[in-house]
Amino acid sequence: MKQLSSTMRFGIAVVFTLPLAGEMLLMPWHIMLPGSRLIALVTTTVVMLVAAWPYWESAWAAFKQHNANMNTLVALGTGIAYFYSVFAFFVGLPVYFESAAFIAVFVLLGDMMEEKMHQRASASLQKLLSLQVKDAVVLRDDKEVLLPLDQVKTGDLVQVKPGAKIPTDGVITAGTTTVNEAMVTGESMPITKQVGDSVIGTTINGNGSITVRVTKTGDETVLAQIVAMVKKAQTSHAPIQKLTDKIASIFVPAVLIAAIIVFVIWDVVLGVTAIQALLYAIAVIVIACPCALGLATPTALMVGTNRAAKLGVLLKNGEVLQKMTTVTTVVFDKTGTITTGQPVVTDIIGDDPQQVLQVAASLEKDSEHPLASAILERAQADHVTVQAVTDFMAHSGQGVMARLNGKPALIGNVKLTKNLTMKPLFQDQLRKLQAQAKTVVIVGYAGQVIGLIAIQDTPQPQAQAAIAALKKQGMKTVMLTGDSYRVAQAIAQQVGIDEVLAEVSPNEKANQIAALRHQGVVAFVGDGINDAPALTMADVGIAMGSGTDIAIESGDVVLVHNDLYGVVKALAISRKTFSRIKLNLFWALIYNLIGIPIAAGLFARWGMTLSPELAGLAMAFSSVSVVTSSLLLNKTKIKLTE
Amino acid sequence: MMEQIITLIGAILLIAGIIWWFFGKHESEKTQATVQADHQQATVVVKGGYSPATVVLKKGIPATINFAMEDGTACLSRVVFSQLGVDKDLREQKITPIQIPTDQAGEYDFACGMDMFHGKVVVK
Repeated sequence: MKQLSSTMRFGIAVVFTLPLAGEMLLMPWHIMLPGSRLIALVTTTVVMLVAAWPYWESAWAAFKQHNANMNTLVALGTGIAYFYSVFAFFVGLPVYFESAAFIAVFVLLGDMMEEKMHQRASASLQKLLSLQVKDAVVLRDDKEVLLPLDQVKTGDLVQVKPGAKIPTDGVITAGTTTVNEAMVTGESMPITKQVGDSVIGTTINGNGSITVRVTKTGDETVLAQIVAMVKKAQTSHAPIQKLTDKIASIFVPAVLIAAIIVFVIWDVVLGVTAIQALLYAIAVIVIACPCALGLATPTALMVGTNRAAKLGVLLKNGEVLQKMTTVTTVVFDKTGTITTGQPVVTDIIGDDPQQVLQVAASLEKDSEHPLASAILERAQADHVTVQAVTDFMAHSGQGVMARLNGKPALIGNVKLTKNLTMKPLFQDQLRKLQAQAKTVVIVGYAGQVIGLIAIQDTPQPQAQAAIAALKKQGMKTVMLTGDSYRVAQAIAQQVGIDEVLAEVSPNEKANQIAALRHQGVVAFVGDGINDAPALTMADVGIAMGSGTDIAIESGDVVLVHNDLYGVVKALAISRKTFSRIKLNLFWALIYNLIGIPIAAGLFARWGMTLSPELAGLAMAFSSVSVVTSSLLLNKTKIKLTE
Repeated sequence: MMEQIITLIGAILLIAGIIWWFFGKHESEKTQATVQADHQQATVVVKGGYSPATVVLKKGIPATINFAMEDGTACLSRVVFSQLGVDKDLREQKITPIQIPTDQAGEYDFACGMDMFHGKVVVK
């Protein structure tokens, strides 16, 4: 009997309830089938054995442990109606078999719905995991062998063909390619990868053939960690749920007591027959079943966190979701969070900008300075050819000098170029660019300054829009950075941040957050190792997905897409989910609050009563409506500007 | 009249009984996991609740808790360890083993899918 699923039980119970339903439909015409009482006894007994028995068993086991729960209510409702009817059958009184059968069928309907919903919610996680490839081509003893993924070990060399999925996380040891990492990072452009670059498992290899040294396998991979995080968030409970728990443990005994009181009032005070009074009491027990109350929070949470994950926002638990709805201040780290973390050339000043860039790029060709890579990237983008230089000489802290086409060329700061003449126009520009907090290098050629190149760690493309959206929602925005006040202020102005806290050391960051928490609920957005304490100190820590492992570990929310709009999305989806939880709780309670008095016969004088079987239907409907309401979270529009 | 008084007294006794049974102080069951070689395990019977509801594990020894499903209703069909991210369907097999990390002392709460039934694992 235990092997039957809810669906099968439901099917059998429905079949055996049909004769009872048919008879009920015929009742208004006073048509009585011959032997209907006997048919009712037999079919209901089958329904009880198939549908109600598990509840009786479970309720009894719980009772022995001094526990009462919703199974207790179901068991009592069906048990009382059934056993009373059996007694009534033999002594010749009216029977109420259909009540017992209908209650059991409707409760099973609720169970079945829940089973279906769980299957659907876990399906999306399965989908994430199924992205993983099953096997990999591994180099073993100089031979390529196809091995199942679970046999691939850290340190193995794996071959990845063009267009194939990269089997697991690793570092490229041979070959160059582009990789589409959209599924993990949300970055839609393929990224060029060469020897030494790390690759993420399940991302798609582009046009090149590469060899990858495996660095992580199994549960340690980026994908597995994302899955684990989503799972944890789905199973965690929002604090609001503690309220439901408390209600549930007191609720059931209280309902039993209420049912007894209802019986006594009808029977003793109002003097109806004992059977009538009993039916009122049974209806109270049935309608009170707090199934919907129990489903309200977890189902909404499950759907909400799933929806967030699809938008690239990983919420680590339900508690965060609730806290998120109270945030008043959003604090941002600067480098790597508001800015891209990679300096780029913003301005090239000179009579011949092309030449300025060419001289600069040629000089910086072999330099590993971050400013050099910005210049080289720009040269590549502008299709400027890099020329060979001779007599190369680096002046530490100043710049570099060399000969280009036989003439002296240099790039560096004012100290290096003090002997050269600089046009007043360039001097003006130099001051102007520096006022914008840009780093400016001076390019000299053949004895004179030919131009300037300004470099800056520029804001992320979405930063300005995201911050504007947050401010529209009434959020206070703050920038917290270790960088100089001048640089921070310039960036803050570009993106529209209200307040700047600059020149803050990493240890101080957490203290600053603590201070801000006196004024409101603080969310901190960061990415670096130095942000970890601040992420933990904030009410809600939001880590950028591209951030360091420790930042991601310390954060409560991870923005996979690495885009500041994720903050707006996270706030919006948290609010949506939380308001849905409240709505669900409201509906679940309303069913009980309105249903119990009606079932108790409080409005009987005005002809409004609830028979036990209708109470069963109403209860099943409340569970179904709560689950539906949660599932609808998948479909609701998330307004990002509200 | 007599009948009604009897009903009334019966009802009051029943209510008092319910209050005593459900709200009175009753010790909850507790088990220490059995250690065999370098592994410890305990069995929790799932039937109308969790029995025992509290399992005590020794720190540092790998542990498995076997959930033996004996309940036929949907309410108890899943067990959820929210801190561990575990959400398992218990109806797929008779006994569902769940690994519990014991490298740190602490408590892990577990509950049914609707968070109505509760139990906990104590690592110390």
